[in-house]
Amino acid sequence: MASVSKEFKVKWGMVIDVDKCTGCGACMVACQAENNIAPVTDASDKRRSLNWLLVYELSNGKAYPEHEVAYLPRPCQQCGSYPCASVCPVVATDKNEEGGIVSQVPSRCIGCRYCMAACPYHARYFNWFDPVWPSGMDKIITPDVSVRPRGVVEKCSFCHHRFMQAKDRARVAGKDVYDLEDGEYITACTETCPNGAIAFGDLLNEKHRVYHLSRSKYAFRLLERLGTEPQVYYLSKREWVRRQGDNYLQNEPTPVKG
Amino acid sequence: MEEKRNKAAGIGGLISAAVLPFIIGLILALVIGWWAFPLVLFKEVPQPVAFKHSPHSEVMECADCHFLREDGSFSGIPTTAECASCHESAQGESRAEAEYIEKYVNGEQEAPWLVHQKQPDNAFFSHAAHSLESCQQMGCHADYEKAEDLCITCHPSTADLDKPVPYLENRLTGYSNSTMKMWECERCHANPNHLDMTNANNACYTCHK
Repeated sequence: MASVSKEFKVKWGMVIDVDKCTGCGACMVACQAENNIAPVTDASDKRRSLNWLLVYELSNGKAYPEHEVAYLPRPCQQCGSYPCASVCPVVATDKNEEGGIVSQVPSRCIGCRYCMAACPYHARYFNWFDPVWPSGMDKIITPDVSVRPRGVVEKCSFCHHRFMQAKDRARVAGKDVYDLEDGEYITACTETCPNGAIAFGDLLNEKHRVYHLSRSKYAFRLLERLGTEPQVYYLSKREWVRRQGDNYLQNEPTPVKG
Repeated sequence: MEEKRNKAAGIGGLISAAVLPFIIGLILALVIGWWAFPLVLFKEVPQPVAFKHSPHSEVMECADCHFLREDGSFSGIPTTAECASCHESAQGESRAEAEYIEKYVNGEQEAPWLVHQKQPDNAFFSHAAHSLESCQQMGCHADYEKAEDLCITCHPSTADLDKPVPYLENRLTGYSNSTMKMWECERCHANPNHLDMTNANNACYTCHK
């Protein structure tokens, strides 16, 4: 694994408030529609279907009446120290563009799936089928998102095409493309979440909401001790939720920030 | 003397026996590769309307039809509504214009123009990023005086042409033969002189989607 985290002037990141998430799945639907993920014949077969964004159900493991659940949406974590790109034999995935989004170029991918084995978050999916849309549904394909053929690996791109569009809008308006306003570039899931549980922006820009949210004492990242430096943060005031973000020993205290 | 003559004849024989077939083969291969193979690979597809650029460029600016929209996207081809602002009724006597008005203006539909430099599905080309200002900002490309100087580095100038450039479609891939190839992008994007000076870095996601 690459041990040094790659740094950029702009770092696009997401802060997901787990306490606000109701598990409705609107973000997954928005993601699927935005990123041209074709419906499959049997979506119940989880070994063959794919989601760029998946909502996990967490349980505190206690019996009623102490039982509690939480929902945790999991996009690609856009790791600063990426285990996936460092194993790709053909540089189909890399992290080299300003903004720190891990790129995935399907036309370059040979489908070896090393990256899937390397990703500790299961954020990468293999395309088992050629995409087929029911007649008429192909009319709503997003033009700026490339449709992937079968045999390649795909993953969440933080709706990268929306970043491209935001940059173009900024250029025409004569603004700096690396100093976008908060909200000028957001992902489809962020836009769709009916409860406002997802915040998106530049983690290094003080004017962006995520800058402050990610520094909250309730913020945590998934499997933080692996050193992958994800650009996706989660928020929860419930300790048992934060505790599920990593593998702790039974008697080990949950780390407290700040 | 006799021996020498024999030797010379031997060399001549060697040339005609070994070198000549090689040269003939080379020429044959070049002819097949450069002339016959492209003829087989590409087929000419006619544009929906035999559009002439020259009469338009006499009375209009390029940017009247080819311009950046406010949202940063590029209007490469004018819509039928924009064409109809002049061609509501026939401006001249050409048959192509009469057909265009009949079929597309009166029929209220967009003409399915074939775009020579249409990008493949996995590339995102931003016209806004390749502006004249961005090339001039470091003072490197002072020779680009107007936008058209920059446009013609990728799009061959058609302003003075009397007939449409033949559109050649690759029978195997379906792409136009003048689709921009990646090496053309890399002339600038992989140019070390551009690194750290412009946003033209060579990261995959700079162009790919």
